[in-house]
Amino acid sequence: MNPPAPSLLRRVTGAKLFWPVLALALMLLFNLAYSPGFFHIEIKDGHLYGSLIDILNRAAPLMLISIGLTLVIATSGIDISVGAVVAISGALVAMLIGGTLVLKGNVQEYVTLVPMPVAILAALAVSAAAGLWNGFLVSRIGMQPIVATLILIVAGRGAAQLITGGQIITIYYKPYFFIGNGFLLGLPFSLYIVLAVLLLTVLLARGTALGLFIEAIGINPRACRMAGINAKNLLLCVYTFCAVCAGVAGLIVCSNVKSADGNNAGLFFELDAILAVVLGGTAMTGGKFYLVGSVVGALIIQTLTTTIYSIGVPPEITLVVKAFVVFLVMMFQSGTFRRTVFGSWGKRVAKP
Amino acid sequence: MIGKLNLKHLPLLVTIGLFILMYGLGAYLYDGFLNPQVFLNLFIDNSFLCVTAVGMTFVIISGGIDLSVGSVIALTTMVSAHLLEVSHWNPAAVIVLVLVIGACLGCLMGLLIHYFELAPFIVTLAGMFLARGLCYLISINSIAITNPFYTQVSQYRISLPGDTFISINVIIFFVVVAAGIYLAHYTRFGRTVYAIGGSEQSAVLMGLPVARTKVLIYTLSGFCSAVAGVVFTFYMLSGYGLHAIGMEMDAIAAVVIGGTLLTGGVGTVIGTMFGVLILGTIQTLIVFQGTLSSWWTKIVIGILLFLFCLLQRLFERGKGHKIQAALGQHKALPIQRV
Repeated sequence: MNPPAPSLLRRVTGAKLFWPVLALALMLLFNLAYSPGFFHIEIKDGHLYGSLIDILNRAAPLMLISIGLTLVIATSGIDISVGAVVAISGALVAMLIGGTLVLKGNVQEYVTLVPMPVAILAALAVSAAAGLWNGFLVSRIGMQPIVATLILIVAGRGAAQLITGGQIITIYYKPYFFIGNGFLLGLPFSLYIVLAVLLLTVLLARGTALGLFIEAIGINPRACRMAGINAKNLLLCVYTFCAVCAGVAGLIVCSNVKSADGNNAGLFFELDAILAVVLGGTAMTGGKFYLVGSVVGALIIQTLTTTIYSIGVPPEITLVVKAFVVFLVMMFQSGTFRRTVFGSWGKRVAKP
Repeated sequence: MIGKLNLKHLPLLVTIGLFILMYGLGAYLYDGFLNPQVFLNLFIDNSFLCVTAVGMTFVIISGGIDLSVGSVIALTTMVSAHLLEVSHWNPAAVIVLVLVIGACLGCLMGLLIHYFELAPFIVTLAGMFLARGLCYLISINSIAITNPFYTQVSQYRISLPGDTFISINVIIFFVVVAAGIYLAHYTRFGRTVYAIGGSEQSAVLMGLPVARTKVLIYTLSGFCSAVAGVVFTFYMLSGYGLHAIGMEMDAIAAVVIGGTLLTGGVGTVIGTMFGVLILGTIQTLIVFQGTLSSWWTKIVIGILLFLFCLLQRLFERGKGHKIQAALGQHKALPIQRV
């Protein structure tokens, strides 16, 4: 395990980040040409408003999940249960907070069933438990990651619906809305959550050897074990971390729409998140990961959705466009395709 | 030799045993569970799931996975409804066209998976997006079908002795299962599928037509999903982009519970049919129980899926060690002993 020289590493990272950022820039440029008001940001009641802020706010849950999923994919695993975890976390927090209207004298007040921090902690704890379960199946039982997380995807939505009683629970507790709708220093609060998680992850992964260990598992789990890395526990942690990220995303989604829907919350999130990670330059085969790239990937997806809305194309088309984007990105990640189409140039890119 | 044979059929026996056990439990707990019509309803209500799961069985035996089946079903209902109700096409032409569309989508995904060496999981994921998106392009609302042919097929009841009946969908169900069994166990294609699932590299070295077979497997799965879509259209009499959401998970669950190994190489179509029947029995049990909400169905399916995956791991480990000891290799040899 010889880590490459730092200058080379930085150069590779730069090159990898170049393409996603370019795609994002092109998309924003298109918007600039098409809808002139796109970059307009104004200040209302001390908050920033505008399409760009809106994209950042709406992409927050996806960015969080992408960060968690990046680490899982780096170990050459996959977690397709993130959407179900979003639903469970949202359902639990909505049920625990609930909120009823109480008249105290002449003042209307909303009270929660349990204090908000307790509800949030409970939701995160259950998400972590879901992640531990996934990690346990993958690292201890030795199931393929897709199968292990498939179990949770089937049972998880059932559990979420069980919590909500099959109904959409509406939350009537104002302070909770701050997580998904609030503003801090003019920017959406959810953005600070994303930044905090991203900083923490980057520090842990790149500041310590943890990132290298994770990549080592993705390249060769057996060699990794021989090298004395506790791959099993690390895998357990990575899956738990991914589920906690999904749990936080669930809180934001739930707070943003002020309700929890066990059936539809986080539906297709796993697909969007995988797309974001792949767009960010992390290969599905594992062994390398780019956290910032995944965040940019998530922003690309949200910008794409917003663009489709703003240029007046029916929003239903989003899915078709996403499908084609996935196909294209996959093709360019496939060494065979590049060799077939670009000849020798592809070969050089395929084996850097 | 007999011991080996039993080991090979163990998952299938477990599945059939579980089905009998669950059905027996229902019969013991609830009056009327033994009514023949309750049993036949298992087939009527799960025909589309079984048709999809048969296609999925081939994909999983070959070591792949197809996540697009639910969306292809939705697309089939949507295209059928639109052509019948808005364009007033002939029902026969509609059915042929949707079957071709399903097969073409599957073929396209198979080509990408084989020739560009992409992961089946992500290719079919994109296929899932594409098919769902195409549904919404046709219409975002549900389209009810009033075409006389479709309504007649949907309402037609074939009387059986004992005052019971089945629908035409059940006939399609049995035709597809029979065709699946024939394809898997009595044709060259079927044996190649097992070989690819055991070890693709060995299959290539043996000179088997791996490329053609792999593309055909996904084409078959797409075609089966389209047939399931037609069956689903008969069942629901409407086209809707939100139809069959999560059906791919049910189909995979049925295949796994039916004893097919997710690592490929081992599995049977008949097992898949029992897997579907088990899922149906769970649903019926929960309906008969009355007080449990229907969400429990999913949770129970999840638990079953977990138990079967666990069983598979144990089975695989045992088998792996034996063959590893014998051949010094990791993967079992693919071909069934003929």
